[in-house]
Amino acid sequence: MAKLESKVPPGPLADKWRKHKADIKLVNPANKRKYDIIVVGAGLAGASAAATLAELGYKVKSFVFHDSPRRAHSIAAQGGINAAKNYQNDGDSVHRLFYDTIKGGDYRSREANVHRLAEVSVNIIDQCAAQGVPFAREYGGLLANRSFGGAQVSRTFYARGQTGQQLLLGAYSALSRMVGAGGVELHTNSEMLDLVVVDGHAKGIIVRDLITGEVQRHAADAVILATGGYGNVFNLSTYARGSNATAIWRAYKRGACLANPCYTQIHPTCIPVSGDYQSKLTLMSESLRNDGRIWAPKRKEDAKKDPNSIPEADRDYYLERLYPSFGNLAPRDVSSRAAMRMCNEGRGVGETGLGVYLDFADAIKRLGEPAVRERYGNLFDIYHEITAENAYHQPMRIFPAVHYTMGGLWVDYNLMSNIPGLFVLGEANFSDHGANRLGASALMQGLADGYFVIPYTIGDYLAGQKPGSRPAVDGAAFKQAEDNVRAMTQRFLGNKGKEPVSHFHKRLGKIMWEHCGMARTKAGLEEALRLIPALREEFRANVNVPGSGDTLNQSLEQAGRVADFIELGELLCRDALTREESCGGHFREEYQYPDGECKRDDEHFAHVAAWEYQGEGQAPLRNIEPLNYEFTKMSVRSYK
Amino acid sequence: MVAEKFSKKLFSVTLRVWRQAGPAAPGRFTDYPAANVNPDMSFLELLDVVNDGLTIKGEEPIAFAHDCREGICGTCSCTINGKPHGPGRGIATCQLYMRSFRDGDVIVVEPFRARPFPVVKDLVTDRAAFDKIMQAGGFITVRTGAAPDANAIPVPKQDADLAMDAAACIGCGACVAACKNASAMLFVAAKVSQLGLFPQGQPERDQRVLGMVGTMDAMGFGNCTNQYECSAACPKTITHDFIARMNRDYLKASFRSAFKPASSSTGGGAG
Repeated sequence: MAKLESKVPPGPLADKWRKHKADIKLVNPANKRKYDIIVVGAGLAGASAAATLAELGYKVKSFVFHDSPRRAHSIAAQGGINAAKNYQNDGDSVHRLFYDTIKGGDYRSREANVHRLAEVSVNIIDQCAAQGVPFAREYGGLLANRSFGGAQVSRTFYARGQTGQQLLLGAYSALSRMVGAGGVELHTNSEMLDLVVVDGHAKGIIVRDLITGEVQRHAADAVILATGGYGNVFNLSTYARGSNATAIWRAYKRGACLANPCYTQIHPTCIPVSGDYQSKLTLMSESLRNDGRIWAPKRKEDAKKDPNSIPEADRDYYLERLYPSFGNLAPRDVSSRAAMRMCNEGRGVGETGLGVYLDFADAIKRLGEPAVRERYGNLFDIYHEITAENAYHQPMRIFPAVHYTMGGLWVDYNLMSNIPGLFVLGEANFSDHGANRLGASALMQGLADGYFVIPYTIGDYLAGQKPGSRPAVDGAAFKQAEDNVRAMTQRFLGNKGKEPVSHFHKRLGKIMWEHCGMARTKAGLEEALRLIPALREEFRANVNVPGSGDTLNQSLEQAGRVADFIELGELLCRDALTREESCGGHFREEYQYPDGECKRDDEHFAHVAAWEYQGEGQAPLRNIEPLNYEFTKMSVRSYK
Repeated sequence: MVAEKFSKKLFSVTLRVWRQAGPAAPGRFTDYPAANVNPDMSFLELLDVVNDGLTIKGEEPIAFAHDCREGICGTCSCTINGKPHGPGRGIATCQLYMRSFRDGDVIVVEPFRARPFPVVKDLVTDRAAFDKIMQAGGFITVRTGAAPDANAIPVPKQDADLAMDAAACIGCGACVAACKNASAMLFVAAKVSQLGLFPQGQPERDQRVLGMVGTMDAMGFGNCTNQYECSAACPKTITHDFIARMNRDYLKASFRSAFKPASSSTGGGAG
């Protein structure tokens, strides 16, 4: 059974991080260059970590499967990044950001981690502004803010509808600087396919060069995974097509615990699905809910009508009706489920009946079309490209879609997994968002982890590792891991089945969405747990991966990722089945209040479930880390 | 998510695709008929469907670069009917929908063509040269943790907005592919302009433009001859005005670096 020590420092909440930084061990500047650190992934968390660690003097090797670090999917985040700057003088504070995040996470995150996140949020904005990130500004030249869901203050910083892009390019710039300066060795087109554990410590990885097919061994004194979330287990999502769980899943198979996989976020405002061929869903930023009003027709008969012909009296602005104090800015999980209820009642709109309206008519009347265009023009353009509809003249059609995963590899307060030397940052870990993430908090967490947490905490581990003690790559553990990777590649290529990889990914996605999506039931999850193992067997027997292993082979890449998604999907359902309560993004129909809100069971489930791999064909072990709420009172999460 | 029946009229096209097994292998066009094309399908989704068909037939699918499929990561890079990212203005390949085509169309699909972007396979090219240019100066040096309060340095809104226009670059390389000289000047100018518009970017302004332009030349990109194919092809419609701004910066920096006195101190210190 894995040892799960949170290592949360003692003392008052607001002093923990400061005190911890003063107490943990340091590596002296002359010794830092003797340590090699592997960083896998170069999104916000990975790029910021790699750049910062190299600035400190560590020798960093950065691995990305993309052709450039700038392609990581953090680039697609639209709306913004939260920070407790209180530049608006509207009553914000570190404590309020902490409280909103804890409550937003439905009391299923660690208090100390969340407080630290709120503390360093202010440094992130300073850092990014200094890097030349073109944040939106007021006429006086100071930074502007907007509002996001789950908060009653305006604390979200943004760069048009491309905040993620600009923050990532800032981190990418910092990383590029350190590559140019020789502090970071950059490996593009390199996919991590196994973790190497030597004497219980993470000491290397096995990668496949996606262009040449070469399988390589890389050793280091510590390994950092910043490889993002696993939302593509649902096939259709707002993730990039390449986003995958392979790095974290292979680490899981080497003994790293995977925590709370059932906490998945469904974003309420995405463009609805149009057909079978569909490869991805596109998000319409939450920021639109600052000015857009969400509604569905009151009567089923009106669902197919031209929305502009439906009179005001026949429209149900259901978020404003159900959650008067937060209205259209109710949190994501709450808004998504409300949309689903509208569709289940037969009031869904559009060709498929799976959609509700997001209407800007009032905003245009109030502010004028140019002002709306300035705020959201690029989002309206995206909507037009995809649907060929003009949202200035008719309401957008939106529907919820898988967007983020709060679960991930278990980490302690130092962001180290239960495998010593293996650190996990950003969406790939489970640490800060509990059962639901608030909007504009993913960017905050990625950069907090990379710029301001790992540079301190990794020293505490490395100080205990003798300089020069990292193992050579010709050891047994490296050989075994490489053989494992080669065998997997051979198995796929030699299979000669009948169906392409995408066939299985689509089927997995359908099972997951139907039985483990927005609303879950015991019977549905049990059904999924029957269907997924059968799908896994069919995949193994019948997948067709053409081509060879010694060249660019996208089918082969995809086969490995989908194989992992199938296994991870099973664990996700297992986690959802055992968590007999509703909280945040995990909604079990059996556990709800009469008004359809989540019913938590704090007595039995105020804990982290960290799953531990027990070998092929064996049921994984469910470890528990209790969540102790010392400073906040766990209450029913209400946005009414 | 549920697949639905369509009332839309389906049609057929022929994809004439550049196939090339590897960097050194010769390439050629191959025709792939595609039937039952839905106008609401994206162009890359059609490639997915064609690839699944090839796989089932036991043929090797077409390699093409793609990732976010929402026009922001800059991975996708097809030249379609002679135009980088195809017909339509201000979009990346992934934002091209089949409603842009008609029944019976022959659609010619090639990789971005430019010497500094060698073909890796089929429609995939190697654009690492852009990363090299960035490493030569596409940044403001700021050690993590050393930054002053974000509101300590006000930036006029007009400057910040203009910087954002430039910063919208997704690094796809369409500007290079569209240019008869394979010039990367729009790409470089966008970054030089963005950072040069900020007070924070001033200390390194000269060395940035000299470093980035020098690397651009060394990587084999050509020069600008003012035909502006670049901004016409740019998925973010970044204006070529930034090239003029970069040229001014470059000229000033060249003079200044030639005549500016430099400290001859060799470091060291007391204590």
